[in-house]
Amino acid sequence: MAGGESDEEEEELVSYGAPLELLEEGERIKKPVPLQEQTVRDEKGRYKRFHGAFSGGFSAGYFNTVGSKEGWAPSTFVSSRQKRAEKTVLGPEDFMDEEDLSEHGIAPKEITVSDEFASKSKDKIKEKARQIAGVVAPIPGAILLDEYIAPSKITIGIDLLRKMGWKEGQGVGPRVKRKARKQKPEPGVKIYGCALPPGSEDSEEEEDEYQPENVTFAPKDVMPVDLTPKDNVHGLGYKGLDPTKALFGVSKDHLNVFNPNSENADLIGDLRHNKGRKLGISGQAFGVGALEEEDDDIYATESLSKYDTVLKDEEPGDGLYGWTAPKQYGSKPGIEKDIKYIGKILDGFRLASKSTTSPKIYLPPDLPKDYRPVHYFRPVIKTSSENSYLAQTLAESTGKLESETTLQSRHQKSASQRRELLGETALTGPAASVLEYLSDKDKERIKEVKQAADQQLKTPVRQPLQNQFQAPALCDTPQQWQSLLGPPLATAGSSDFKPFATNPEKQKRYENYIESLKHGKKDTPGSCLDQSMTEWERGRERDEFLRAAVLYKPSSSILASRFTHAKHEDDTDKVEVVRDQETDLDDKQAAAKMKMFGKLTRERFEWHPDKLLCKRFNVPDPYSDSSIIGLPKVKRDKYSIFNFLTVSEPVPKMMSEPTSVAVQQNSTPNKPKKPSRWDVSDKEKKKKDAISEFISLARSKVDTKEQQPLTAETEDDNKTSEAASDKMVHEKTGQHEDVVEEESRPSMDLFKAIFASSSDEKSSSEEESEEEEEEEEPPARVTEPDLDSMNHHDQHGALPSEEPESEVIAPEISVTVTVTPPLKEVVDQGEEFGPRLPPVGVSDTLLKQEDMQRTSSEASKKERPKKSKGKHKTKREHKHKKEKKKKHKKHKHKGKHKSKKAEKTSGSDTAESSESHSEEETPDISPQELLRRLKHLPLVKH
Amino acid sequence: MAFPEPKPKKPELPKKLVSTWECKQGAVRAVRFNVDGNYCLTCGSDKSLKLWNPHKGTLLKTYSGHGYEVLDAAGSFDNSQVCSCGSDKTVVLWDVATGQVIRKFRGHAGKVNCVQFNEEATVIMSGSIDSSVRCWDCRSRRPDSIQILDEAKDGISSLRVSDHEILTGSVDGRVRRYDLRAGELYSDYIGSPITCVCFSKDGQCTLAASLDSTLRLLDKDTGELLGEYTGHKNVAYKMDCCLSERDTHVGSCSEDGKVYFWDLVEGSLAASLPVSNSAVQSLSFHPTEACLLTAAEGLVQLWREESYVVEEGPPA
Repeated sequence: MAGGESDEEEEELVSYGAPLELLEEGERIKKPVPLQEQTVRDEKGRYKRFHGAFSGGFSAGYFNTVGSKEGWAPSTFVSSRQKRAEKTVLGPEDFMDEEDLSEHGIAPKEITVSDEFASKSKDKIKEKARQIAGVVAPIPGAILLDEYIAPSKITIGIDLLRKMGWKEGQGVGPRVKRKARKQKPEPGVKIYGCALPPGSEDSEEEEDEYQPENVTFAPKDVMPVDLTPKDNVHGLGYKGLDPTKALFGVSKDHLNVFNPNSENADLIGDLRHNKGRKLGISGQAFGVGALEEEDDDIYATESLSKYDTVLKDEEPGDGLYGWTAPKQYGSKPGIEKDIKYIGKILDGFRLASKSTTSPKIYLPPDLPKDYRPVHYFRPVIKTSSENSYLAQTLAESTGKLESETTLQSRHQKSASQRRELLGETALTGPAASVLEYLSDKDKERIKEVKQAADQQLKTPVRQPLQNQFQAPALCDTPQQWQSLLGPPLATAGSSDFKPFATNPEKQKRYENYIESLKHGKKDTPGSCLDQSMTEWERGRERDEFLRAAVLYKPSSSILASRFTHAKHEDDTDKVEVVRDQETDLDDKQAAAKMKMFGKLTRERFEWHPDKLLCKRFNVPDPYSDSSIIGLPKVKRDKYSIFNFLTVSEPVPKMMSEPTSVAVQQNSTPNKPKKPSRWDVSDKEKKKKDAISEFISLARSKVDTKEQQPLTAETEDDNKTSEAASDKMVHEKTGQHEDVVEEESRPSMDLFKAIFASSSDEKSSSEEESEEEEEEEEPPARVTEPDLDSMNHHDQHGALPSEEPESEVIAPEISVTVTVTPPLKEVVDQGEEFGPRLPPVGVSDTLLKQEDMQRTSSEASKKERPKKSKGKHKTKREHKHKKEKKKKHKKHKHKGKHKSKKAEKTSGSDTAESSESHSEEETPDISPQELLRRLKHLPLVKH
Repeated sequence: MAFPEPKPKKPELPKKLVSTWECKQGAVRAVRFNVDGNYCLTCGSDKSLKLWNPHKGTLLKTYSGHGYEVLDAAGSFDNSQVCSCGSDKTVVLWDVATGQVIRKFRGHAGKVNCVQFNEEATVIMSGSIDSSVRCWDCRSRRPDSIQILDEAKDGISSLRVSDHEILTGSVDGRVRRYDLRAGELYSDYIGSPITCVCFSKDGQCTLAASLDSTLRLLDKDTGELLGEYTGHKNVAYKMDCCLSERDTHVGSCSEDGKVYFWDLVEGSLAASLPVSNSAVQSLSFHPTEACLLTAAEGLVQLWREESYVVEEGPPA
């Protein structure tokens, strides 16, 4: 009963659409299937797969086969005894799938007008086919004849009309009494308005011709205006497959060329013209088929003549804009031309003689005088001590903001104003600047700093900077820096700027440092820098921090807020450095001197050959899974000095000693408690300085007994230091040995000078400091840089712009100065470097001359290593090094006095022996003499 | 009952001057035997490279296309190609028969001192004054080098290639051996600028000549010194050294116009050939016979062992 009631209720309701499924208890609402998971299935539940345009999209066939699992459906066997198997003629439809016959298939079945009811015009294809057959047939016209004989199918409509007395070619309607021949565009039926009395019309006609009275005429067959609505989504004028064209594959335009007149003649003429042409399907939807012979159509039909190139006043045709009417409505002379712009005037209408009133134009509203098209949100300025000036200026610019506030309504009051009125305390939100976090005391301090900075700024800024670089005193640096930094420093510590973000500890230290600088503490470095670091490292870091504080001067916080930290760390501040470098040469030199080749002189590196190289050598790639080529590299801080420090080359003692003495006086307050890696290397240096470098100089055999144990250790140290050079923490580990040796440590401000000068070069004094850097840390390649460097200093020593360091070494230099100049000239004569090529033959006089010149220079440059003159990659410093090397070599042979000096300074027993050189080495020759002899050498040779 | 092998002849040194000819290409910067020793190449300071039959003294082909002095050359294993290098910073690959330039490899920043094919002539190795060794691919058309060995700190003066090793001598006083098979680089410190390096025929040793007028024979694997040969003079020029065909002797050019030979084991001076009155720049030892080519100034000389009888017609 209840069910029945509900049924009744439901019936009463009118419902649209498919009802939602009823949800069961506890069932979740089904999620809609996302689009990408929706599938298309056919009526049998099979997946439809998209196949392509020709097959109508979805799968045509049984998974690309013939429609069933078995393949072509076999015809069932029927025994011929009982029943003859029916001979079935298979049409193409038999091999089609139902999909093909469906709406989107290749042969869609649709409801069409059957032949019986179809109008004749639809039969055009057949007609044409017949005509073709007629032309092609052996007896032309036979089929045409056949057509006449054969009863043509007439549709029911025509049949009915005929029965009503209608004949083809006549119009439908009651018969009219008028002249059949004189057909006016407007037939009687279409006359609107006042028609002329028929009598008058008749009388007119009677004038022309005799006309029987009782004769009526059928009305003119009206060509209906075909107003087919556009119901497809094709482009305007697009026709798909036109069956009329399909058979011939010729466009109508082409036909028109030949016979634009009659349709029929057209057909036949066209046919004849295209005789022998293969029939094919063509149309805009299809390109040029493979079967088609002529594929030039696509190009031929497209010509400029098809386009209207003239901008005409008058519309071609009847002036009907976009109105394709039958020709009967053709142009009427007269007024139409005048009113073209309006369009065709419909029948029964005429152009108005009086124009309508013009529409009223409303003027835009008057703007108030003080109207501004842009709205500004006035910044709320807190009138505190810091930004009072800003507030004031703002107020001025906005037009007496402050003075008017009292008069403004409550809506115009800012939040802070309202707060003040209400007597509330200010909220502690994110403050605009770090300043607000500072206590009053600090603020005062900063003010002081500011004042100091102002004073400083009055004097040129660069001046103190440069002084700073060379100043030996360390204690006052922070102050100076602080004063230099001035206001920006105050905010430098703000969290937005993290110059050392990659190293959190360092960043923390940096922030502390900046903070303490802000507080004006004098002893900043000591307090906030890492205590575990050596003094030198701390000094270095402090310097770095100061630099960073200047560089990372925060822009205004607004600007800064627009930038965000990079998500991916970019390694721009890193540089790839070869992991293993050939280490220090001294021990090797010594070993080579002793002819102890083997372990001492050999180094082994992991080396990755290129894959292709291995392939070409028919060798398996030893590191098939690595992408490294060459020596493995490690990333290091680009600006880390340890890239250059790694190889501890001996620092010339006479250089380091005086400077270090000078420094010690200054740097005593921050004396390091722990020895650093640097100290150790220095210790080594001190020992080796004395020995190895001068070994090489004099090429003498040195008693290396004391050095032997050292060498292995040195190598190790060097290696470790290289590997972890950028991690200073590591360095302090294993080297607690010699605290005593610290005295010989290079001066702090030597390095300060190095750091400082790295930013702005060009000045000669700074250049020099760079050179010194090289002297201190030449990366492994320089063999004996010491004397060279001294020579170098010679040149610079003469320069007026001398700095403390060069002054220090001046006394030693003076010894060498006497020797160098003449030799240098000799060196400059030749441009080639390294082992020379022997002179060209004697016969060539020109060459001979050259030879002489060459050999003379050669002799002087014996054993001078090659310097590639065309080396592109050489950096400036590299060049320096080479030059030094060059010079040094040059000295090597004639420098007995030098070696003496070396002995003096080092105290090691350097005996010059070197049997190989004995022949050309003469002790204590004056350079002039040497030069003279050298010049004679080539002549002897020839 | 096989006959016992005939007792190998006692190795002889090429002490007899067989022929001398003027190359007419300026100073001969290098003279090189081809792989089987039937032909030789001479590199001239007049930018030309010439192919000779040294035994007849006939000029076979002149290869011109270098922009400056030709400094070194090498022939491929099949004698179909020749590579050369020169002061014009290029390495050129030549077709032997036509004399056409097949490839020109540019990339070195300085003059190219030495050039070598690998065993299959698929890669050309070139060492330059720019302190790099570049490996050029002959197979592909890529214009840049396969790999650059830039470990040297100074110019490369000499280069040798074995089936899986590249031996370089550099002016920075080191002999470096790149072992492709092991993927390792061995760097032996000699001290003095190296002018020439050689593998011994047995591949166990390396010979290095340096500007301290010393040749050193080093054990390839350990780097230990096996022998030292002195007595010649080599302090300024780039001089060649060599090992004799059976590794019995060590030979070197000298600036005093002679070629010196030492007994490899004993280290004693075995012979000194008076080649020229100026420095002997280049020499090349025949790969299989006791036959030596020397180049001094514009002249090339062919030396044979004493017992050698001239078979063919008189030298040109």
